[in-house]
Amino acid sequence: MWKLLWKILKTGNLTEAQKTDPGCATPSEYRHSAAIRHLDAGSCNGCELELWALENPVTSLGSRGLSFVASPRHADILLVTGPVTCHMREALEITSEAIPSPKRTVAVGDCAKDGGIFRGSYAVMDGLPSIMEVDVFVPGCPPRPEEIAAGLLRAFAEKTPAT
Amino acid sequence: MEGEVTDLPFDEGGLCLIPSEEGIPRALLPLDLPANYLREARFLKNSGALLKGVWGATSEMPSVYAAFLLKEGLVVLSLSLSPDTLSFPSLSEIFPAAGRFERMVRDLFGFSPVGLSDLRPQTDHGLWVRPPLSNPNIPVAHLQPSSPPGDYPFVRVAGEGVHEIPVGPVHAGIIEPGHFRFSVVGEKVLRLETRMGYTHKGIASLFRGRTISEGARLASRISGDSAVAYSLAFSQAVEQATGITPSEGSRFVRAILLERERIANHLGDLGSLGNDAGLGAALSLFGRLRESLHRTSLTFFGHRLLFDSLVPGGASSGLSVSAVEHLLGECDFLTRELSQLERIYADHGGLQDRFQNTGILSPEVAHLYGVGGVAGRASGQAFDARVDHRGDPTHRFAPALSLDHTGDVAARVRIRFLEIFESLLFTRSLLLHLPEPPLTMALPDIPEPREGCALVEGFRGEVIGWVRLLPGGVIESAHIQDPSPLLWHALEAATPGNLVADFPLINKSFNPSYSGTDL
Repeated sequence: MWKLLWKILKTGNLTEAQKTDPGCATPSEYRHSAAIRHLDAGSCNGCELELWALENPVTSLGSRGLSFVASPRHADILLVTGPVTCHMREALEITSEAIPSPKRTVAVGDCAKDGGIFRGSYAVMDGLPSIMEVDVFVPGCPPRPEEIAAGLLRAFAEKTPAT
Repeated sequence: MEGEVTDLPFDEGGLCLIPSEEGIPRALLPLDLPANYLREARFLKNSGALLKGVWGATSEMPSVYAAFLLKEGLVVLSLSLSPDTLSFPSLSEIFPAAGRFERMVRDLFGFSPVGLSDLRPQTDHGLWVRPPLSNPNIPVAHLQPSSPPGDYPFVRVAGEGVHEIPVGPVHAGIIEPGHFRFSVVGEKVLRLETRMGYTHKGIASLFRGRTISEGARLASRISGDSAVAYSLAFSQAVEQATGITPSEGSRFVRAILLERERIANHLGDLGSLGNDAGLGAALSLFGRLRESLHRTSLTFFGHRLLFDSLVPGGASSGLSVSAVEHLLGECDFLTRELSQLERIYADHGGLQDRFQNTGILSPEVAHLYGVGGVAGRASGQAFDARVDHRGDPTHRFAPALSLDHTGDVAARVRIRFLEIFESLLFTRSLLLHLPEPPLTMALPDIPEPREGCALVEGFRGEVIGWVRLLPGGVIESAHIQDPSPLLWHALEAATPGNLVADFPLINKSFNPSYSGTDL
């Protein structure tokens, strides 16, 4: 046990300073923390790897007041990855409806934007906008963790009416 | 494509496994008669082969392919189907793992597997009027009907106090979608069934008619965590079909990329396994290492997850002297850090208590379903394509086989640690002996349609690539077979008898790809 404690102590705090992005919410705009419900709508799992990276000590999304939650009932933000496969459409709609308003919808990755490389296939809906209104797009294949974090903060700054 | 040719005493005139400079020896055997297909499959079984995949294709002739792994190499049988019946003999009586693959062929192409008893849909969720990859000129009446929408008939377990727990497709966390049905008594799982198909994106239809470079981009994005293994399997298949051998420099860079992907994923899995067993600090300690690896990948290979880092004919980038120095430093750093973390895992009573005797996959069951990769090697299946088929440059440095026999979560954790250390040593040797900068070869045009296949040891297990090219550099059909369908069998076999609460840990220890399964 002492080895583990020593390792944690020696590793120290690795979280990098946040870069100020003019498009992002200022601390006064997100005084309260926000909870994210992630939904994989048929992603290749590349975006999921970068979502995992958001929670590593370097990016440390939690220290910015954002955390992933299990239940959509506890969520403020719906974060969708993947091109929206026909087989995930129903589950996506049910999850979205289960999130209480006001909520924000964030489409992460090129696939969620317009289907990306899978666009035109019989099995996909060509992106999230074909199903629901999207507040923030985070393009990239996959977008880098800091880009996703900035996109999530932008969700608060943009004065779009909540659905 | 030179070297010694291995002859297998096939009853149909013999079969030559052609060795290649880079990959493992392989052979494609076209067959016309269903009876021959069955006979060859039986013969392969008797020669100790494992079934690694079955897939369909509709070119001018509808056909079914089956991939087998032998000690000698990879054998792919192809059977042309009669347009009148569109049926093929099921291999499920010879290889129990065949059913899952054949159900997918039936759903997507409408070909009927004769002799398969379990005809429940695998990928079809009742939304399709006709099988989506069937030839439009064939009347629907000739095809297997698409399943009606409604409840999927899970196998019911009867008995006092037995109840079902449905989980998914949406899970609690950052995970891919799929459905698990547990039959449970009290805390104990009696049966687990998985239901897949939620991430089906129609990959086969997207390959059709694309150029080779478009196909390579798509191959990187079928299962993001295996981008290198998939593009390497695709590239080697294309190279076999066009008859070229990538330069020595490219082969080295490709081998380095494949090991980087393995290390990154094993780091991620080890952190998540510690976290799932209650050691939150593990997620941070491993997450930090993984992040540093991704950043180095971005600097020197242009992508954090190494997407598009290799192309048919070569690799996308070379390595400068300073890059090699940096990467060598990274190997030392990771070796040092991991030695400490391995000690911490081994000494942590709470972790070992959760890991040991949890989710046991016995060597017999692993062999029965042909489970390879990390899960197979943790259950006594002594195969690693990098060790057993030492193409170049692997044969020069020969990574050692990591093997365990207990088959529990603890064994799969140990295998991952062993493999990272071995990968770091291997990467070190590759970096120290790096030959001339990689030269990407131009792909020659082919006079008539040609096929190629390949097998790559990805971080999960064997990834098989197959491609059929048309003159002009156009893909007629392509398929990449992930080991995950076999891992779902392993998961279904290893879970009963365990507590429901241990399932996330067991699932993570196998870590199958949903996207790689559904295609």
